[in-house]
Amino acid sequence: MNQNPRRIVLLTVGGLVVALAGTFLLDPYRNYLLALVAAHLCAIAGLSLLIGRTGQLSLGHAALMAAGGYGYVAGVKLGDGAVPDGLQPVLGLIVAVVTASVVGLLLGLAGARLHGPYLAGLTLAVVLALPALTSQIPALGGDQGLMVPFRSVPQALSSLIALEQWQAWIALTVVAVVLGVLATVDAGASGIRMRAVRDDEVAAALAGIRPGRIKVQAFVLSAAAAGAGGGVLCFVDSGVRPGGYGVTLSLLLVVGVVVGGTGRLAGAAIGAALVVLLPWLIGLGTSGLDLPAEAAQRLDGNLAVLVFGLLLIGLTVAAPTGALGLLTRAGASRKRSAPSIPTTSKD
Amino acid sequence: MTAALEIRRLTAGYGAEPVLREVSLQVPDGQVVTLLGANGAGKTTLLRAVSGLLPTTGTVLLREQDLSDVPPEQRVRRGLAHVPEGRGVIAELTVEENLRLGGLWRHGRTALRERTDAEYQRFEPLARRRKALGHQLSGGERQMLALARALVAAPDVLLLDEPSLGLAPQVVHSIMQTLRDLCDSTGLTVLLAEQNAAGALSIADRGVVLHLGEVRSDGPAAQIAQDEALRHAYLGY
Amino acid sequence: MDRFVFLLATGIADGVVFALFALSLVLIWRSTRIINFAAAAMAVTACYLALAVTDLTGSYWAGLIIAVLVGGTLGWAVERGVMRAARDPLSGVILAIGTVMVLQALTGILAGPQSRPAPVPFGDRPVIVGGVPTLSPYDLFVIAVAVTLTAGLHTLFARTSLGLQMRAAAFAPEMSRLLGVPVARMRTLGWILAAAVGALAVLLAVPGELGLDPHAGDPLFVSAFAVAVIGGLDSAEGAVIGGLLVGVLVSLVTGYLGAAVAPLGVLALLALVLLVRPAGLFAGVEARRV
Repeated sequence: MNQNPRRIVLLTVGGLVVALAGTFLLDPYRNYLLALVAAHLCAIAGLSLLIGRTGQLSLGHAALMAAGGYGYVAGVKLGDGAVPDGLQPVLGLIVAVVTASVVGLLLGLAGARLHGPYLAGLTLAVVLALPALTSQIPALGGDQGLMVPFRSVPQALSSLIALEQWQAWIALTVVAVVLGVLATVDAGASGIRMRAVRDDEVAAALAGIRPGRIKVQAFVLSAAAAGAGGGVLCFVDSGVRPGGYGVTLSLLLVVGVVVGGTGRLAGAAIGAALVVLLPWLIGLGTSGLDLPAEAAQRLDGNLAVLVFGLLLIGLTVAAPTGALGLLTRAGASRKRSAPSIPTTSKD
Repeated sequence: MTAALEIRRLTAGYGAEPVLREVSLQVPDGQVVTLLGANGAGKTTLLRAVSGLLPTTGTVLLREQDLSDVPPEQRVRRGLAHVPEGRGVIAELTVEENLRLGGLWRHGRTALRERTDAEYQRFEPLARRRKALGHQLSGGERQMLALARALVAAPDVLLLDEPSLGLAPQVVHSIMQTLRDLCDSTGLTVLLAEQNAAGALSIADRGVVLHLGEVRSDGPAAQIAQDEALRHAYLGY
Repeated sequence: MDRFVFLLATGIADGVVFALFALSLVLIWRSTRIINFAAAAMAVTACYLALAVTDLTGSYWAGLIIAVLVGGTLGWAVERGVMRAARDPLSGVILAIGTVMVLQALTGILAGPQSRPAPVPFGDRPVIVGGVPTLSPYDLFVIAVAVTLTAGLHTLFARTSLGLQMRAAAFAPEMSRLLGVPVARMRTLGWILAAAVGALAVLLAVPGELGLDPHAGDPLFVSAFAVAVIGGLDSAEGAVIGGLLVGVLVSLVTGYLGAAVAPLGVLALLALVLLVRPAGLFAGVEARRV
């Protein structure tokens, strides 16, 4: 937790450059997967910080990602004809973040007074109400969702890189910004206030911190990150459909958080990679088994969810600090380096 | 004289550092032994360890039965009763329900009724408040209820943690006197942890002084009450 | 007006099921201070087995008994195997989510994603009273089961020694152990009871609008959560009243505005209650925050 802002900037820019260079090693489909990982990482990192720092468990982050997706579409439409084509995705992403932040603000205000399980229940109700909302508001396109015009690689780069690689670049850039911002906030005074609120709200209030305000701030920050993720997903998939942002996605985001270790931004990357890649790997595995069509259809998706569920239970029981926590603990016991601070919540 | 409760080389604590270090003491049958010492001396920890609420090393013998592998809820059945710090009256239950809980495991329906009626006679103010909830009671009433609830089980050995805390002097005096009478009339054995050393020593047969988790002194109550150096150093009066 | 009466009657019948399911949440909250997010998935799993038994034997009642037995067994297994590892409310929710994922994935793999029809032991056509369609015989059966069960649970907790021990174990676990109450066993018992009640509630709900598929429990859980919050999580009476309230609300919203709007209505009601009276409408004592 002793990261100063300059170190954070260096780390994120350095990491981004390495990641961008790495895309040249991947084929188009794997670059597409990388973009998906980056999109999920935005949301998982935001959620991880929320759960880990203020102890607020949201099961509604899928809805916030959806808000980002719809925001992206709105932003692109807004910029149509008004800004150059190349800048439309940028505008889309900005509107995505703003939209999700506003929804997050409303949810955060409602949730600031609620303790753990109550907030989880309320946010779960929000995700379940999403299809109803999109079917009631014609502008959201019902079950079909909304599409945005397909964006090809900019002229200057088109000879150099494929579409998927370009998408991965955008996604990686967004996630670098998101992680940089989250890490900076976490390392600063706000991070300390958030931990104080999590550990003891009354004590924090006596120390002059306003717990309600801190919780709302944390929720908005987390929602903005999820919105960026939703925006990227919409950019990559050229559209947004409510069906993709259900309870299952919300639960997967929680899995990503727990796998990486609650409150650990670096761990969130492991969580995001697992959440995106495991279903793909399991799909590869089962398609190699030559199963009858119906059995394959039943296994598709469900097998991954089964593994995720077991993982969630196993990690919560055996390793509250997540996969990264296990690694650093092993490292620490070998080298006796600085102890890692456990970040499990007390409430 | 046999010991109703014997503690041998007991070590216990919450984290890495033990709060109690190799404590040994005996509580003779039918006597009141008071456990004295400043805050943090380990009095509460000792009682909790005897009840099995903490992981320990060492031996706890109740009437020569080893309790080491016996879980807390079973220790009660062997004849141990524990009135914890803060009395442990369950705030959401009525006086009647709290009292019945004390003897549920031991008695049939009629026997339990007789036992609770006996305690209502002993602690008359409780009888008038049978339907009151725990959180509606005064401090003195709570202490009475906690004591009555422990006695419903008809224990051999009663562990009592700071009964005088937060009570008016007259109430403290009457509770101490009740304890003494109980021991004399029923042969109850009591291990009494107290900060109010003078009050506790006035009714106790023996005293044990704890300091930083170790036994500093163990002897007849009168002898401890007269040892001025000991009183000044550890008992604060 | 006729339509209103019909919707009201349907709402009461639905509300009874909500109340019963909310009661299962209340039971677990009371015994462990955990909101069981896996309640619906557990109940749906039990119902799949119940319907399988009904298919095999041709008897609705055999299935009903199986639902209760399997539900109770699941409650035992989940409490002993998973929930015992919960260190705080947050990890309790996360463990429950893990359980949901495992159960939904397993039912999805074994039974497939399609919704499954469910048999009804009595007619489900509404009886016409004075020209107005009201409750069906099946609705009356559901109400009778719910009333009997609620009364039975009330007696258990208020009048028996076992109920007293369960309440004590929930309110003050450590003190209860010092008084000889086997607290761990009381918790497990609470889970068994709750899960059996939950399974029964879902089985009763399935022939209605719910239908049975691996995710059928999700909306029911949210409705029941709303019910439990409205009634106050500690209050069984509150769960019954809250259940009727939510049932009638959902029925009216569905009837007048369309089924798709119902989740929005539940969400709005839940948000309102959480903001105005987080301890529930019927909470007598301010809920302790542990």
